[in-house]
Amino acid sequence: MKVAYYPGCSLHGTAQEYDESTRMVCKALDIELEEIDDWNCCGASSAHSTNDKLSVALAARNLALAEKTACSTLTVPCSACFQRLKAADFRIRENAELAREITSLIEMPYSGNLEVLQIIQILARPEIVERVREKVKKPLKDLRTVCYYGCLTVRPPKVTKVGDYEDPMYMDVLMQAVGADNRFWSYKTECCSGGLAMARSDVTKRLSGILLNMADEADAECVVLSCPMCHANLETRQSALLAERRIPKKIPIFYVTELLALAMDIRDVAKLWPKHLVDPRPLLVSKGLG
Amino acid sequence: MPTKEITESQLDSQLVKEVEAKSHTKVSSCFQCLKCSSGCPLSYEMDYLPAQVIRMVNLGLRDEVLKSRTIWVCASCETCTTRCPNDIDIAHVMDTLREMALRSGKAEAEQDMRRFHEAFLSAIKTWGRVHELQMIGTYKLKTRKFMEDADIGMEMFKRGKIKLIPEPIKGRKAVKKLFRKT
Repeated sequence: MKVAYYPGCSLHGTAQEYDESTRMVCKALDIELEEIDDWNCCGASSAHSTNDKLSVALAARNLALAEKTACSTLTVPCSACFQRLKAADFRIRENAELAREITSLIEMPYSGNLEVLQIIQILARPEIVERVREKVKKPLKDLRTVCYYGCLTVRPPKVTKVGDYEDPMYMDVLMQAVGADNRFWSYKTECCSGGLAMARSDVTKRLSGILLNMADEADAECVVLSCPMCHANLETRQSALLAERRIPKKIPIFYVTELLALAMDIRDVAKLWPKHLVDPRPLLVSKGLG
Repeated sequence: MPTKEITESQLDSQLVKEVEAKSHTKVSSCFQCLKCSSGCPLSYEMDYLPAQVIRMVNLGLRDEVLKSRTIWVCASCETCTTRCPNDIDIAHVMDTLREMALRSGKAEAEQDMRRFHEAFLSAIKTWGRVHELQMIGTYKLKTRKFMEDADIGMEMFKRGKIKLIPEPIKGRKAVKKLFRKT
């Protein structure tokens, strides 16, 4: 299976471990990723917060470039990028006048026949989960996980087309497949504060603090997620939160693809652990997974 | 929240029409069930609840909504849009109000949020992609908050997570044009 791949700016920067682990896992599962040529930033929250047309146009340029790959599916690992591309795709399909305006702006055609999917939506397909199960060499036995989806993979469902948007299961199914002791909690789709982190770090601390406390209450030892913004917000605020005694302890934050790579015993995944601000190695060693 | 008397001269009947046209959603169908506001994770930071903003748009309190803090602390989590029984795209209304506030020069509250958006967009305009180091630098220059989160920046830098060199795309001109024409 070959799919077009849009990594987005974070995966080429602070979330390199997400990009690398996504590539490792897809390779092992025979999913060929074709990175779209010369992609640009999706515009993220700054574009849609300040200039509606620009936000659609920036995202649409990437959709048009993805269509040039001849792949029928475009996958996006970053939830924020995913939602921007999906929203532009939705708006263009829905509004012929806007579609004309946008294609003239980007000077490229876009037929709207592309299927845009968050990477976890592909990985959680039954046939892929089966493939994952067959390839597990190191079951994540006894590793107590909670899966955190955040906002932009699931909302708004009219755009994302996610059915179980209040209780998504994509990553839970994957964690169960690799043998983790996966916990359920009711904070799967709560907000981490997203793009407020730079200007209002107090808000980020409060919201990520709630999530970390709730993960602890579910008796999880780590959080599994699929968004670079959620990852940064949950990971980088832990030192300050612990110093202020607002969380009981630090816990590692994993990209779901990192844990899949670990369970499939892809050696290179160990190179990613030093990139974490909360070192996951002591936990992994204690579980015999180090 | 203090109660304020509304005078007729404050009411701008064009506001709801303008917001509905720009956000492609029927703000006037709100019946104030407050579902948006009870589920909003940022409501504690807001001067007006999301439902109140919708009400104010319907009433025509233009300056009050455009100057509000609410529109800038909204994190666009889309919980309100998802749960609205009247299918009002409240998150899009927030986008529309932010854009209107900026274009009319009425944006007042949460200046650092606007500076962040400016820094972020200027990075895209220059390179086609966001170079995090440059974006953060631009933001710091705008806000003069040089030391805030410097410890986190150092930790990321030590782990090789921050790229020093930007990745300019070939289509920089095409991207710049999108900025110019929108």
